Amino acid sequence: TRHLHFSKFIGKPEYDLLVIGGGSGGLACAKEAAQFGRKVAVLDYVEPSPPGTKWGLGGTCVNVGCIPKKLMHQAALLGSALKDAQHYGWNIAHPVHHNWSEMAQAVQNYVKSLNWGHRIQLQDKKVKYFNVKGSFSDPHTIRGLTKGGKETILTAEKIVIATGGRPKYPIHVAGALEYGITSDDLFWLKESPGKTLVVGASYISLECAGFLTGIGLDTTVMMRSIPLRGFDQQMASLVTEYMESYGTKFLKKCIPTKVEKLESNRLQVTWKNTDSGTEETDSFDTVMWAVGRAPDTKALNLETVGVKTNSETGKIIVDAREATSVPHIYAVGDITEGRPELTPTAIAAGKLLAQRLFGQSSELMDYDNVPTTVFTPLEYGCVGLSEEKAVQCYGSDNIEVYHAYYKPLEFTVAERDATQCYMKMVCLREREQRILGLHFIGPNAGEVIQGFALGIKCGATYPQLMKTIGIHPTCAEEITKLHITKRSGLDATVTGC
Amino acid sequence: AFLHPPPGVTQRELWFMRKLSPSKDMSLKHHKGNPQKLLEMNGHTAVPHSYDYDLIVIGGGSGGLAAAKEAAKYEKKVMVLDFVTPTPLGNSWGLGGTCVNVGCIPKKLMHQAALLGQALQDSRKFGWQFPEEVKHNWMTMTESVQNYIGSLNWGYRVALREKKVTYENAYGEFVQPHTVKATNKRGVEKLYTAERFLIATGERPRYLGIPGDKEYCISSDDLFSLPYCPGKTLVVGASYVALECAGFLAGLGLDVTVMVRSILLRGFDQDMANKIGEYMEEHGIKFIREFVPIKVEQIEEGTPGRLKVTAKSTKGNEVIGGEYNTVLLAIGRDACTRKIGLDKVGVKINEKTGKIPVNDMEQTNVPYIYAIGDILQDRLELTPVAIQAGRLLVQRLYGGATTKCDYVNVPTTVFTPLEYGACGYSEENAIQKFGEENIEVYHSHFWPLEWTVPSRDNNKCYAKIICNIRDNERVIGFHVLGPNAGEVTQGFAAAIKCGLTKEQLDSTIGIHPVCAEVFTTLSVTKRSG
Repeated sequence: TRHLHFSKFIGKPEYDLLVIGGGSGGLACAKEAAQFGRKVAVLDYVEPSPPGTKWGLGGTCVNVGCIPKKLMHQAALLGSALKDAQHYGWNIAHPVHHNWSEMAQAVQNYVKSLNWGHRIQLQDKKVKYFNVKGSFSDPHTIRGLTKGGKETILTAEKIVIATGGRPKYPIHVAGALEYGITSDDLFWLKESPGKTLVVGASYISLECAGFLTGIGLDTTVMMRSIPLRGFDQQMASLVTEYMESYGTKFLKKCIPTKVEKLESNRLQVTWKNTDSGTEETDSFDTVMWAVGRAPDTKALNLETVGVKTNSETGKIIVDAREATSVPHIYAVGDITEGRPELTPTAIAAGKLLAQRLFGQSSELMDYDNVPTTVFTPLEYGCVGLSEEKAVQCYGSDNIEVYHAYYKPLEFTVAERDATQCYMKMVCLREREQRILGLHFIGPNAGEVIQGFALGIKCGATYPQLMKTIGIHPTCAEEITKLHITKRSGLDATVTGC
Repeated sequence: AFLHPPPGVTQRELWFMRKLSPSKDMSLKHHKGNPQKLLEMNGHTAVPHSYDYDLIVIGGGSGGLAAAKEAAKYEKKVMVLDFVTPTPLGNSWGLGGTCVNVGCIPKKLMHQAALLGQALQDSRKFGWQFPEEVKHNWMTMTESVQNYIGSLNWGYRVALREKKVTYENAYGEFVQPHTVKATNKRGVEKLYTAERFLIATGERPRYLGIPGDKEYCISSDDLFSLPYCPGKTLVVGASYVALECAGFLAGLGLDVTVMVRSILLRGFDQDMANKIGEYMEEHGIKFIREFVPIKVEQIEEGTPGRLKVTAKSTKGNEVIGGEYNTVLLAIGRDACTRKIGLDKVGVKINEKTGKIPVNDMEQTNVPYIYAIGDILQDRLELTPVAIQAGRLLVQRLYGGATTKCDYVNVPTTVFTPLEYGACGYSEENAIQKFGEENIEVYHSHFWPLEWTVPSRDNNKCYAKIICNIRDNERVIGFHVLGPNAGEVTQGFAAAIKCGLTKEQLDSTIGIHPVCAEVFTTLSVTKRSG
């Protein structure tokens, strides 16, 4: 049948562009291509998670990523706000409780409205949408299967793969798959997860553990080695230190060995403490794995068409133009090798790709100095190099690190501890002191970092930043007042205005 | 103790100097300081002169303190004179000036209290459950805020002491060249001389000059430490002080009316100002436009009492009356320059505004007298500007530095219920300066993710940038209305300092999901409609 279908369209494929994967990158690419009057289709299909969770159009960010996590983070922040409010004169009668179901329902309703919005946008832009699972049957042909097993054959001139990634389960941990959930499930739980063990030390792990703690749940993070690998480690330690004072428990240097279901329906987790060598155990209502994400390429049948992947990571190898090893097949987003796994980069890469393919543009995506924020209870925003990376690239004699411990004004009246509110700027030491990296821990870290990321993009130097006048009273103004170098060993605590 | 009294010193003043000067042994610093310029100017032979101090700073606010502390770093002998003249209602405060005591700090904390009120409502939508009735207690808030301010006042005194800056809680006024008289609370007078002076006395709220204003109205100098809840309040004025105070009072649950003579937030981008007004109106704040009060009468004493306000239309003869518990005047601020003896030393002020013109080195027409902060003519009235100007001035005076304070592209934020952050040109100023055809305005509404779940205020937050088409679409104006506008604006201000263009803005990757990311994806121009 394949031959029959293909011959029908031979010479002129049905679509100019076919995008496999309706997440942030795929949708952005498809919509942009349609702007150029091209015939475009998007294929999206959500394989249910092991516990059976599935969702609508929009990909990870909208359904099981940035959006629900930031909303639940906000729920947790509001919990702190309720405590702060009393210091600010609001008389809140106790008891104060958090109702998971109510929050989850509200978050899920909003996510569903976004799913709907994405469908409308595709319709408006005349992009055809297929809720099918796509796989290559030849370099220009995709075979799509619906949930019910119905087959659709689509042919296209150019194809973009943007299927993203999915959470990994640990192998060699008995009961992991059977009893554990992942971030794919957490946001869609109808009932409170209760006492939760989050395994992993990625940003996903810390963010989820953070908001679970914030809404009042007994939460434990189990980590094998370091938190937030790849991020500046001084900042990572401050983030976890704050979480500890916030009430999140940490099991450090521990590796889970098995999960069993008790008669009480609780989950008994056994782990090995690699420090002491002992075996320990505790029971939880929920065990969530946040041990990394793997690219979703299995179903694509990439081997058939010769799209090369990295054998270790499974990710698709692309060049600066997002082209794979097969000339007319491209890839964007989390599925690509060596790229930041971030929604805005996928969107920008997808748009630029469409502009190059159909709009006579030659602009490439610039993956340098991409800012990001970790929405842990005390947020961490950064752009550019970590201190260790800067030392590695330039040598410690050639970099200058300006830093400060500060207290957000709002924390004073609320009597909140600001021990971990900290920022540092990593600069070259010579001549102009170009800024290599900026790191900020505190409230609204994302809002603070965004503009500075732009400054760094414009080649900002330390003296330029010092010439910028602060906005008083904000946290961000402390960045324009950084003057204590780490090298000086002076006290970096900011006092007064 | 005085080796060379300045010319024209009266017997009485000389007696004061000898009697009260804290410098007991002036001969120790006999050759310190430059020959006095004034003597040279007057045709006298230059003589080595010595003063009590290298620098006397009049006014212990943000700018004055920053300058004094900086000067102490260069081992200069520095004195700060600070004195708070009580408000008509008798209120006064400690060291630190407007920002700390009756400005930025208490207003942002009370703004935060109001935001927390909104957070309480939002929190229910995010699953938090607590008994329905939540009341706000003015005294709890005010005491917390005042305690924090008290700690700052104390911190400043400690900082001055640590840096060996002499501090006198006394009113400073020039009596002679190089000489000030310091009068303390008990009326004790002392004279001090210095080689240089820095005037940093700041401003105080203006009164209307109508019957009953000083007797019954309060100003922002009183509000933040008011020992009772102000109740139903009339805010007179449309300055940022007026709108910020009206905003947080309403946010705390009070019945608030703003009486506006003409436009909101004069000097700010009017498109943004009007959006702020609309938002405030939608959130229950009443506006009486084109009216000015002509009389305030007390109906009943109390905390708060009851006041009757009579107001007259600015357009015709219509007169209206209204009853309020509190009337807050926020119609502007006047420079504290008319009662500090500037005429005695010949420092020129703008007779109309009272402001002091200075050159780009913050120097007045009298070479040894400098001025910074809110009292400067044609300069911004902002704490960080005063601090920066003060520090740089001192570095130039004593550190051999040459960097001048850069007053261009200073960012600022108005902490109205919907915060407004801005940097660079307003749209109208950009049009005036560059011509409408030469600027491109990109704009977009946005909906903060956090507001979606409580489903409130859709299409209220707004982002706008103004680009100069002739200069590679360089960003010359940045405006944002939304939560955390100050935090958002700061980094963009730094980028504008680095010469930000629209193209660079477009090629910057957003942080998802935050409000600030909207600026990396602006594509709609105002021109396109």
